[in-house]
Amino acid sequence: MAITYTSGEQVEVYRFSIPATILIPLTAVFLQAWLPLRFHFFTIFDLPLLVTIGFATARRSPLAGLFTGGLIGILQDALTHQPIGLYGISKTVVGFGASSLGIKLDVENAGARFLLTILFYVVHEVVYFMIARGLVGLHMAWSWPHEIGSGVANAALGVLIYALLDRVKQRT
Amino acid sequence: MDVLGRYRNLIVLVGVLFAQVLGLAVQVRRTTNGESAHLIRIWAVDAVTPLEKGLNWVRNTSGGIWHNYFYLRGVRAENRALKLEIERMRLEQARLSQDADQARRLQALLAFKEQFISKTMAAQVIGGTGSELSRSVYIDKGSRDGIKRDMAVITKDGIIGKVLYVYHSTSLVLLVNDQTSGVGVILDKTRLQGILRGTSSGEVVLEKVMSDETVPVGEQVLTSGGDGIFPKGLPVGTVTKVSTGSDLFLNIRVRPSADLSRLEEVLVVTKVDERQAEPDNTAAVRAVDILAERLPTVPPKPATPADGAAKNPAAPPSGAAKPASPGALLAGQSTGQAKPKSPPPNGQAAVVTPSTAAPKASAGAPPASDATKTTMAPTSGAVKFGTSNSGAPAVKKSTTPASPAINPMTGTQPPATGVTGKPAPKPATPTTGPAVTRKPESPPQDNPQ
Repeated sequence: MAITYTSGEQVEVYRFSIPATILIPLTAVFLQAWLPLRFHFFTIFDLPLLVTIGFATARRSPLAGLFTGGLIGILQDALTHQPIGLYGISKTVVGFGASSLGIKLDVENAGARFLLTILFYVVHEVVYFMIARGLVGLHMAWSWPHEIGSGVANAALGVLIYALLDRVKQRT
Repeated sequence: MDVLGRYRNLIVLVGVLFAQVLGLAVQVRRTTNGESAHLIRIWAVDAVTPLEKGLNWVRNTSGGIWHNYFYLRGVRAENRALKLEIERMRLEQARLSQDADQARRLQALLAFKEQFISKTMAAQVIGGTGSELSRSVYIDKGSRDGIKRDMAVITKDGIIGKVLYVYHSTSLVLLVNDQTSGVGVILDKTRLQGILRGTSSGEVVLEKVMSDETVPVGEQVLTSGGDGIFPKGLPVGTVTKVSTGSDLFLNIRVRPSADLSRLEEVLVVTKVDERQAEPDNTAAVRAVDILAERLPTVPPKPATPADGAAKNPAAPPSGAAKPASPGALLAGQSTGQAKPKSPPPNGQAAVVTPSTAAPKASAGAPPASDATKTTMAPTSGAVKFGTSNSGAPAVKKSTTPASPAINPMTGTQPPATGVTGKPAPKPATPTTGPAVTRKPESPPQDNPQ
């Protein structure tokens, strides 16, 4: 459960194949759009965010993380009728932060991943809330209990997804 | 250079964020046309919707096989229940049609223009947006199917939204519970008008109703037609909570009639006609006629030509047009056939089917049930009063050859006509009740006979 501080030499950097890099985010965005229609409770999950965190922590490259997060976010935005960039900016920040933290911390164990996901879920929601209210002028209500609860649910699902991503990542 | 190299990641991050914020600002400024960043949306939709369509196809196919071939338990009982329900609804329809006729007459007097949904297109919901801030769904119909922006989307329960973006084979439908949607509505009984809006939490509220008005909980909310998208009178929802707001208006919560969280099939209103109401000249179906259908029918008695209607061609038109049985009246109307109760306009000849002419002429003879049954069948030779442009008698909607009509004055048999007005083939077996051609504009008392 402990998050251990590791030196740069100790962390391993992984990469993903091109099909996995394209298909996994696409599948995540597709499932995020499709599943809530059949199972309404699924709206609390954010699969593209979990994939962004998973990719960023495995690659441990801030640039790769921010671009991956930005592209996944823009793809997610493009399916909505809201201006493109709301999810894009939020996930860019998360991708950069997760990969930067992945360099400093050992995020290979489930406990660290769980806590990291809660943290970045909240960061994502805060950035999204600020942009939606400040830039786009949407009416949104902020509720800490709801955000923490959703963060825990996403973290639980995230641990499973990261385990699946571990199977397709390749050591550099 | 060292500084650039050291903070390279941060500089790139700031650059990417700045670009996105700039793009966002441009889109927000151009939000009125809704076409900003259209290309990115097209790419995204083209990448995701084929997967959604494929998954829906698999789901529907497997579900269809299960429901249509394996899981048929209780179908007989359900069928019986549905038949009873149809009976009940036919009686209800008969009652309501009286009210509707009256309303149409009044509307015609007031030169009232109504909006009618004249064309709809069924579509399937294939996906959502996955965002709680964007309450909208994708349907599997797009510009190639004739879908256009701002078309109304409804279900059998009520309205659900409007078409926001149209792509080649899909469209994005903005639901009424999205915070950017707005629908002009009217309360059913109090006739108060307002605007229906969604909230960020997905609830639906009715705005712009003054706080000094009284709105009862449970009142039905209908579309007012004021938004130019939804035709007037479509069900929207029910008032669930009313409270006084902080400003001059009431806070009214509305529960949508359609379940917006479980949408599968929807109807896109592709054409709305606006036309002036016309009074319905057809005789209304009475409930007693429907109930009489259940009575046992008298077996047919073959009518001889001597007893036929031809002997008394001058019978009053209203009497001649009376149906052989209440069932015949119903069948004639339900299939859009002869309208027995109202005589045709002056100058028009009426061709009456044997089933309607025979009983009156045979003076108490039992109804020709064979002929009646033929008339009740949906594909029977339906004849409607009317004239062609030249003023000649016209036969409308005749799908099977009518029995030959004998002119009682001359005793000749004119050629039967079909849908196209061409001579129809001679029937294989002659019907027992000969048809008569009448001049209904002649009142009975003026008839020389």
